[in-house]
Amino acid sequence: MELAFVITAVIVLGGAVAAMSLRNLVHCALCLALTFAGLAAMYLLLQAQFVAFVQLLVYVGAVAVLVVFAILLTRGDDTTHQSVFSKTSFIGISVATLALACILAAALSSYVADRLPPGKPEASVKEIGTQLMTQYVLPLEAVGLLLTAAMIGAVIIAMQERKAK
Amino acid sequence: MDIGTLLSRIFGDPDQAFVTLKHWLVDLAPPAIQPLVSIMLSIAPILGVFPLLFAITTVLERKGLGRIQNRLGPNRVGPYGWLQPVADGLKAIIKEDVVPRAADKVVHFLAPVVIVVPVLLVYAVLPVGRNMVAIDIDAGVLFFFAVGASTELAIFMAGWASRNKYSLLGAMRAIAQMISYEVPLILSAVTVVMMTGSLSTMKIVEAQGTYHGLLPDWHVFTPWGLAGFLMFMVAATAEANRSPFDIPEGESEIIAGYFVEYSGFKFALFFLGEYLGLFAASGLAITLFLGGWHAPAEWLTWVPSYVWFFTKLVLFIAMFIWVRGTLPRVRMDQLMNFAWKFMLPLALVNILAAALWRFLPVGPARWVITSVVILGAYLVLARVVGGEKHFTKREYRFAE
Repeated sequence: MELAFVITAVIVLGGAVAAMSLRNLVHCALCLALTFAGLAAMYLLLQAQFVAFVQLLVYVGAVAVLVVFAILLTRGDDTTHQSVFSKTSFIGISVATLALACILAAALSSYVADRLPPGKPEASVKEIGTQLMTQYVLPLEAVGLLLTAAMIGAVIIAMQERKAK
Repeated sequence: MDIGTLLSRIFGDPDQAFVTLKHWLVDLAPPAIQPLVSIMLSIAPILGVFPLLFAITTVLERKGLGRIQNRLGPNRVGPYGWLQPVADGLKAIIKEDVVPRAADKVVHFLAPVVIVVPVLLVYAVLPVGRNMVAIDIDAGVLFFFAVGASTELAIFMAGWASRNKYSLLGAMRAIAQMISYEVPLILSAVTVVMMTGSLSTMKIVEAQGTYHGLLPDWHVFTPWGLAGFLMFMVAATAEANRSPFDIPEGESEIIAGYFVEYSGFKFALFFLGEYLGLFAASGLAITLFLGGWHAPAEWLTWVPSYVWFFTKLVLFIAMFIWVRGTLPRVRMDQLMNFAWKFMLPLALVNILAAALWRFLPVGPARWVITSVVILGAYLVLARVVGGEKHFTKREYRFAE
C-alpha cells in the first residue's frame, strides 16, 4: 500500500509540475490528464471506487479531451522549437505555491483540523446510488436540469453564429 | 497436492480446470510472494489469449473478406495461409520505424502505448468463465466504461503529434464519433444495471443463469434487452471505428486517419488496440445481454463455461467480419445524426421500457406494453430522421 501510494503521488505531483512548467500548451493538457488519472488511482487506494471511476470517466475521458480541443481550436499553430520549458514558469510556480500556502494556512488554523478523523465510511456504489436517489434526489435533479439548460444554451449559441454567416 | 490428484481434479471438473491449475501453481510459490503470483497468473492469460485471438482474427478477417469479395484471401504462408500473422508480426518488427521530422517525438512515441493499455485493462472485469475473472470489483461495468474512455486521449495524441493534417482530421473525426457513441453505449448498458441492481459483471452474469422452458433467462430475450443489445452492438461498432463507421480512417479521404504517420510495430500496436477494444466490447455485450459464460440450454451445461464464452465471442467476430464485408461506409453527417437524433432518444425510451418491465406484473401484458413502447419510439424516430429524404434515381455527373 505504501509503495502504491508513493507511485501515484509521484505521478500526480510530476504531472502537475509538468502541466505548469511545459511550454507547449498541448503538452500541459496531456500532463494534466496524467494528473487526473493519478488522482483516480489515489481514490482507488482510498477504497472509493465510484469516485475513482467517475474521475476517470469525466476528467480523463471528457474534460481533458475538451481542454485539448479548446487549445487546438482557439490557437494558431504557434509551436516554437525553442526550449521545452516555459521561461515564465517561475511566475506560475510561485503563484501556485503562494495559493497552496494560503489554503494550507487556512486549513491548518481552522477548527476542522482539530477534529478526529472520522471512521472509514462505507461508500459502496450501491450506497451512493441509494443516497442520490432518496436523500439527495432534489439537488441531483437540479444539477441535471442546469446542465441540460447549459447544453441547450451552448447549442443555440453555436447555431446562431452559423446562421449569421 | 501431487500431480496425480491435480490431473484427476482437472479432468473430473473441466469447468474449473484453469481455476484448479491456478490454485495449484499459487500453492507452489513461497507464501511471501503468493499474492503477487496470484495476480500475475490472473493477468498472464489475458495477455496471452486475447492477442492470440487477435492474430487468428486477422487471418479469419482477410479470408472472410476475400470470400465475400470473390477471391481467395491469404493462402501462401503455412498451411492454408494460417501462419500469415507470424509473417505479419515479423515484418512489423523488422520494418523501419519512420518518425516524421516535424513530429512531436515523445507524444508520437507514447500514443500507440497509451492506446493499448486501457483496452488491456478492461479485460480485468470480463468474466470469461465460472469463477474466471481477474478482479471482481463492485463497479465492474463502470470501470469498463471509465477505462475505455481514456483511449480518446491516445487517439488525439497520435493525430496531433504526427503533425499531419490528415492525422489531425482523422483524430478529430474519431474523437467526435467516440464521444457521440459513448452516450448510447452507456445508456443501453444502464438498462441491464437497472434490472440486476448491480454494477458487478459477476453478479450480472449470475442473474442470467436460470432457464425457463426453451429459452435461458438472458437479458436479450426481453423487449428492452433485445433493443438494448442491438443499440449496444451498433454503438460498440462505432466506438471501435469498425466498418460501416470507419470514417476516422476513410482511406479514400484521409488515407488512414490518425495513424497514417505510423509504421512498423507502432502501426501493429494501433491495430492490436483496435481489435482488442472490439473483443472487449463484444465480451461486455455477451456479459450484459447474452448470459456471459452460461450455456444456451440446460442440457448443455456440462460443456465448460469458458467454451461458451469464447464460442459467443467468435460468433461476434464472425458477425463483425460479415458486416465489414457487406455494408458501405456512412458519411460524417449521417453518423452524427444517427447517434444524436436516433440512438440517444431510443436509448432513453429503452430505459423507460426497462422501468415499465420492472414494475409491471409478470405476464404477457408487460411483454406487449414494453414492446409497443420500444417499437413505437423506433417507428417515430425512424420517420422523423429518415422521413424527409426522397430517394430518386442516382445521377452520375462525372462518370459516364
